[in-house]
Amino acid sequence: MRYLPLTDTDRSEMLAVIGASSVDELFADVPAEARLAGPIAGLPPHASEMAVERHMAALAAKNLSAGVAPFFLGAGAYRHHIPASVDHLIQRGEFLTAYTPYQPEIAQGTLQVLFEFQTQVARLFGTDVANASMYDGSTACWEAILMAGRVTKRGKTVIAGGLHPHYLATVRTMARFTGDVLDTRLPVLSPEPDDAELIAAIDGETACVVVQYPDILGRIPDLAAIAKAAHAKGALLVAVVTEPVALGLIEAPGNLGADIVVGEGQSLGVGLNFGGPYLGLFGCREKFLRQMPGRLCGQTLDADGRRGFVLTLSTREQHIRREKATSNICTNSGLCALAFTIHMTLLGGEGLTRLARLNHARAQSMVSRLTQIPGVTCLNEAWFNEATLILPGDAREAVHALAERGILGGVSLGRLYPDAPELHRGLLVTATETTTDEDIEALAEGLAAVFAGEPA
Amino acid sequence: MSRYYTKDHEWIEIAGDTGTVGITDYAQAQLGDITFVELPSSGQQVTRGSSVSVVDSVKAASDVYTPVSGTVADANHALTDAPELVNTDAEVGGWLFRVTLSDPAELDGLMDRAAYDLYVEGL
Repeated sequence: MRYLPLTDTDRSEMLAVIGASSVDELFADVPAEARLAGPIAGLPPHASEMAVERHMAALAAKNLSAGVAPFFLGAGAYRHHIPASVDHLIQRGEFLTAYTPYQPEIAQGTLQVLFEFQTQVARLFGTDVANASMYDGSTACWEAILMAGRVTKRGKTVIAGGLHPHYLATVRTMARFTGDVLDTRLPVLSPEPDDAELIAAIDGETACVVVQYPDILGRIPDLAAIAKAAHAKGALLVAVVTEPVALGLIEAPGNLGADIVVGEGQSLGVGLNFGGPYLGLFGCREKFLRQMPGRLCGQTLDADGRRGFVLTLSTREQHIRREKATSNICTNSGLCALAFTIHMTLLGGEGLTRLARLNHARAQSMVSRLTQIPGVTCLNEAWFNEATLILPGDAREAVHALAERGILGGVSLGRLYPDAPELHRGLLVTATETTTDEDIEALAEGLAAVFAGEPA
Repeated sequence: MSRYYTKDHEWIEIAGDTGTVGITDYAQAQLGDITFVELPSSGQQVTRGSSVSVVDSVKAASDVYTPVSGTVADANHALTDAPELVNTDAEVGGWLFRVTLSDPAELDGLMDRAAYDLYVEGL
């Protein structure tokens, strides 16, 4: 879209046409007390482009960013290598759009990519079908809960303690307006998640059970057992995947009995981006297809028998079905889905497995080195690329002290659960293919020095 | 008279205490090719005017409202594999569901064929 600036002459000609003497006169109907008098308090006056760039660069230099420090943060946002070809291809003019186009069928290339995206997500998740993406993992999680309510005509959701607290916060926000009953619990610091307690909470009113896999503490819940228990009560299992690279190694949730699988696709092709834009993934069983939210691309034949792509089942969507629609999402994360698809295509199935093995191997090295530090233990019995360490003291303080030493040492559970002191010695640490031996050594030495009380 | 019509273009055929409900031929013609019918489950309690079924066509997904209150007794499962029956045989073989009436007096508010034809002419 072009930016078309106005000249003073343009402006006065337009004002003359409508009979106004000034632009301010156009705001005459806004009450005086609602209007801003003078500049906004606290904001500096305007500056030249060069001065603003200099100022912003100085602010940015204060950050300790993922690319310049030993980096062990995860908890739903993962630093992976993105091949240069991904960025190059997504910036091609034919592709560069944030959403499905408004006249979708004219953009056959975009629809073909989305169709391939859906195929990849469905294979990754082990589901029959997948949609053309959603905003992010947390909103996809809420949409899955809504969908389970439509399928089962029940209004209660049982949520595992291992669900990311930010996802839970999104679900709580939305449930305030729909009246859905949420049965929630905090995670417990045990080597394996308490699946038995979760299973006991499922009853005949339960629409779905929501389980993150691997969970927020990096543990692997027994989805098959939970699915069996949920199905016995007529409830659905919603599996939530925040690190899709894990599915290169561990069994796909759909193959373990999950009815709806949602997730965050950021790990594959999308940078950390300060937390967004990200990519919601959504797949389900074919029998629930018509209750699935979001856009769906289909493959068909045109009038001449040639292969073509369409947006299908749009009659479920808001622009046609209004308030009865399956969801108020009528779009997708087109550009992030494109990046995901290109990265997945470059990797292939075998490449994804190799990437996953590499992540796991780096995490094994990380955990075995860090648990050599006196007083540091690993909570997990099993993990993929992220595990929970138990420190001798509050992990928040350790994280701050490490940052002062130029190390981004992980996500403290105190930051995620400020009101649960029993979790505060927990530190989530993640290693990916980007984590080097030097990074691990820097974290180990940094942590040991912090506990020894050495000055930074 | 055993067959009644609504302004939402449903028909209901009464036999004993049970009514069979479908959409009218006029309605199917307006909707175009029907691709899917979502049916209610037997035993479901329904109130007059509430949406109990959805008919998807290439143009729209439209709610079907029950003309009477009661309990769903049956649904036309043949439509799951052959939704086009609603197009080809809307007022007989393309029926959607059956309701056991809880209040037969509700029928008094509905139209007969002649009244419905007049109503459609005026649209």
